[in-house]
Amino acid sequence: MNTVTHPPLAADRRLPNLWDVIAILCVFATLISVAHVARGTWVRIDAPGATDISLDPWRLPEYAVRTTLRMFAALAASLVFTFTYGTAAAKSQRAGIILIPMLDILQSVPILGFLTFTVVFFMNLFPGQVLGLELASIFAIFTSQAWNMAFSMYQSLRSVPADLVEASISFHLSAWQKFWRLEVPFAIPGLVWNTMMSMSGGWFFVVASEAISVGDDTWKLPGIGSYIAEAQKARDIGAIIWAIIAMLVVILAYDQLLFRPLVAWSAKFRFETTAGATASDPWMLRLIRRTRFLSFVGDAVGQAASSLGGLRLSFGRNPWTRRETQSRTISIVWVILICGLLGWASWRAFTFAAAELTWTDLGEAVLLGLVTLLRVIVLMVLASLVWVPIGVWLGLRPAWARRAQPLAQFLAAFPANLFFPVFVIVIVHFQLNRDIWLTPLMVLGTQWYILFNVVAGAAAFPGDLREVAGSFRVGGFLWWRKIIIPGIFSYYITGAITASGGCWNAAIVAEVVSWGDTKLIAHGLGAYIAEATERGDMARVVLGVAVMSTFVLTFNRLLWHPLYAYARRRLTLG
Amino acid sequence: MDAPLLQVLGCRQAYHKEASADLVVLEDVNLSLREGEIVALLGRSGSGKSTLLRIVSGLLQPTAGQVTWRGIPVNGPTEGIAMVFQSFALFPWLTVQENVELGLEARGVSRVEREKRADDALDLIGLGGFASAYPKELSGGMQQRVGLARALVVYPDLLLMDEPFSALDVLTAETLRTDLIDLWADGKLPVKSVLMVTHNIEEAVLMCDRILVFSSNPGRVASELTVPFPHPRNRLDPAFRQMVDDIYALMTRRAPVEPKTAAPPLHPLAMPLERVGINLMAGLMEALAAPPYDGRADLPALAAPLHYEVDDLLPLGETLQLLRFAVLEEGDIYLTDKGRAFVQADVDGRRTLFAETLRAHVPLANMIRQVLEERWNHRASAVRFRDELEDHMSPDYAADTLRTVIGWGRYAELFSYDEEAEQFNLDDLE
Repeated sequence: MNTVTHPPLAADRRLPNLWDVIAILCVFATLISVAHVARGTWVRIDAPGATDISLDPWRLPEYAVRTTLRMFAALAASLVFTFTYGTAAAKSQRAGIILIPMLDILQSVPILGFLTFTVVFFMNLFPGQVLGLELASIFAIFTSQAWNMAFSMYQSLRSVPADLVEASISFHLSAWQKFWRLEVPFAIPGLVWNTMMSMSGGWFFVVASEAISVGDDTWKLPGIGSYIAEAQKARDIGAIIWAIIAMLVVILAYDQLLFRPLVAWSAKFRFETTAGATASDPWMLRLIRRTRFLSFVGDAVGQAASSLGGLRLSFGRNPWTRRETQSRTISIVWVILICGLLGWASWRAFTFAAAELTWTDLGEAVLLGLVTLLRVIVLMVLASLVWVPIGVWLGLRPAWARRAQPLAQFLAAFPANLFFPVFVIVIVHFQLNRDIWLTPLMVLGTQWYILFNVVAGAAAFPGDLREVAGSFRVGGFLWWRKIIIPGIFSYYITGAITASGGCWNAAIVAEVVSWGDTKLIAHGLGAYIAEATERGDMARVVLGVAVMSTFVLTFNRLLWHPLYAYARRRLTLG
Repeated sequence: MDAPLLQVLGCRQAYHKEASADLVVLEDVNLSLREGEIVALLGRSGSGKSTLLRIVSGLLQPTAGQVTWRGIPVNGPTEGIAMVFQSFALFPWLTVQENVELGLEARGVSRVEREKRADDALDLIGLGGFASAYPKELSGGMQQRVGLARALVVYPDLLLMDEPFSALDVLTAETLRTDLIDLWADGKLPVKSVLMVTHNIEEAVLMCDRILVFSSNPGRVASELTVPFPHPRNRLDPAFRQMVDDIYALMTRRAPVEPKTAAPPLHPLAMPLERVGINLMAGLMEALAAPPYDGRADLPALAAPLHYEVDDLLPLGETLQLLRFAVLEEGDIYLTDKGRAFVQADVDGRRTLFAETLRAHVPLANMIRQVLEERWNHRASAVRFRDELEDHMSPDYAADTLRTVIGWGRYAELFSYDEEAEQFNLDDLE
């Protein structure tokens, strides 16, 4: 008899506790639903029930899970993109020349307009299978998530503190180790924040991308987006309300289960050498830490990941040879190559456009673009007039700010297109002018960015400056003009940039809305693109999207970038 | 006689400039380090001593010359050399223990061994209870102890320290210095030799066996001194004080004119200005004019009550000398008649005097004013002057010089400056 005796205490520590039971139940529930959904994606497209949508509320949980999984699949793809594209852009000067401007343009292209064509592409990849549709939908969501994440990665990698780089080199960390020990941790806080933002932006697209019509065919992937589309067609207001409730639950769940713990965890990587105020851990993180079995598994995974990052892989690069030994000729050849490629691409685009389009088409698109531009400007002014005072009021009252902040973030995550039917009913009922009353839909989802940035800015406004204003009896309009507006300006600009970008994107879905057979169309570039998409008129979709991208880029370059630079230079505290 | 651990031969570091001659940071530096000694590289900021340390550590490749470590040429970070950083350079997301283990992990040392060695190093340096803390929970002094433990844990033969105490307050720095010297004297430090960069004369005399004094522009070893005192050393010992005085004198002595290099006459703009503000200059001149100095002071004696180190005081003194307000001589500083006149003048008088001085002795300030007067709109872009400066000095110096001249010129009302447009103008001046 040779039994190994465990010290009782150690054995006890490994035993699962009550928290484990709860946590394990959650884990298994997730796994089962994933498996269930995964089976659904392999069926043929014409199989019974594969693409039918039922308005029965009891089907909603399943739809919600499928939609959420699409989101996370896209998020995973975005992360892969971020770690490859963002890293390549930051690490190689030559790649950066082309990758960074490309990212900048991709950010401003309303990909929603291209949905039809990506669907055709993916369906040809997997003919007759639901998987093709799934991939098309995931791709659409991916395009709404990836760019800002990659940008955040790029910016972090470019601003890694020089002394830590020196320390890593002098302690002989290999390139691989340096990446995982220094560069990735440094990038994490920005990346987590941008992932949250991306997730919010993605909902908007998920709803638009599940029900897709190409020419005469319409496909509906099982999911909340299709459910809404179906409800709109059937004029079922009850179903819409059910969908909104399901959406609320889903967003609340992943916010609480995933993002709150992630944000709390990422605070550890924030680059500051002095201790700041620390918020208390969210309940989910506490739960995970309290479980025995799960935290054991977590530790094991963490250690495995850590030793993977600690591998002494090196790419044979000596730190000395890496420095500016890049030859001039190669750089010149590279630039010529890029110019040639650009020239070729523009020639192709030009010949394509010349065959299908006339100058009148361009004129029409630009004119409609100006209409949409006017909408965006009016909406930004109105949203600022409403939300800046409210944000300041909330931000200056810490108790309120704490409550308002998560609520505003939550509202920003909520896909505003769910509320469109409500507007349609109201507009039709009161016979309102659609060119005016469809406009607010564009800002419905994005105005919250202004609100929560202003709240954050006002909350960070230094107390001593407020006291100075108080002691000199600065009040009324002067207080707004000289004290608080400059104080929150850089925060406001950050929010306004996001909000205005979102407005342009939303135009494609907000300028054409339907309720049953009623279809409301406003004049604008968004409607132009949406209608061309419906007709399957590729040339005009491309034209519309190109014109819109140009508008967005010009708007950013001429207005937002200078304002942001000014705010950073002159109006940043400390 | 042991073979030297480290040898630096004919080392030169220069940055290539397209427009003009290379900017030389280090010129013909020779150095050899034997086992069992602590050596200081002492010099002003900008004398290239930190650059030399980075060359020795293998972080930087010298433009010319050779570094050998135990007879083998150094090309890249070398095993057996570890570094302590001025800014600590700790990873905020790693615990104290993980920070210390970093260098071992990079070498593939097993986990058990890593933990044991890290524990030993932390205990040695007095951080035993802090292993699981994060750096931001620690004070600056404790953070630098972590930096020290991280370097010691790899059992380096040579420990490099880049101004290790200059980011700490006076008392903390002193504790850390004496702790380190005690460990060294007791033979508890797992290192054979230490090379440290400092601009603090007393620190060098307190800790080191040999001091290499660097001169600036280009950086070179101006003189080498051996410190004969045994540890522990007493700062108040007259011989100690005398040595500190002598080094001050050495560092304020003007560079000997070298007849062999018939240097071309320097361009008037080739005059880097230190970032010294008006208030600082006025404050020092007032202090000098008042008793007990009455116009003349011994630099170390002046530095102590002001809590100034040589790095603060020398640029200040040299700027005053450049403006003809004071003269530096053999470790002393004394006010000129003009300096006294400045101290006695009222606000307007001081400004007028300063304006005259700028036009007479600072060619850059004079040039800006002239250009502005000649232009029909009395405006000139700062970029233009910066470009011109960069033909004669590194971009960093050019930026500093321009900032300084902007501050001085604004005070003297020679010109105004629009920060937003980066433009000089004559607005707001009568």
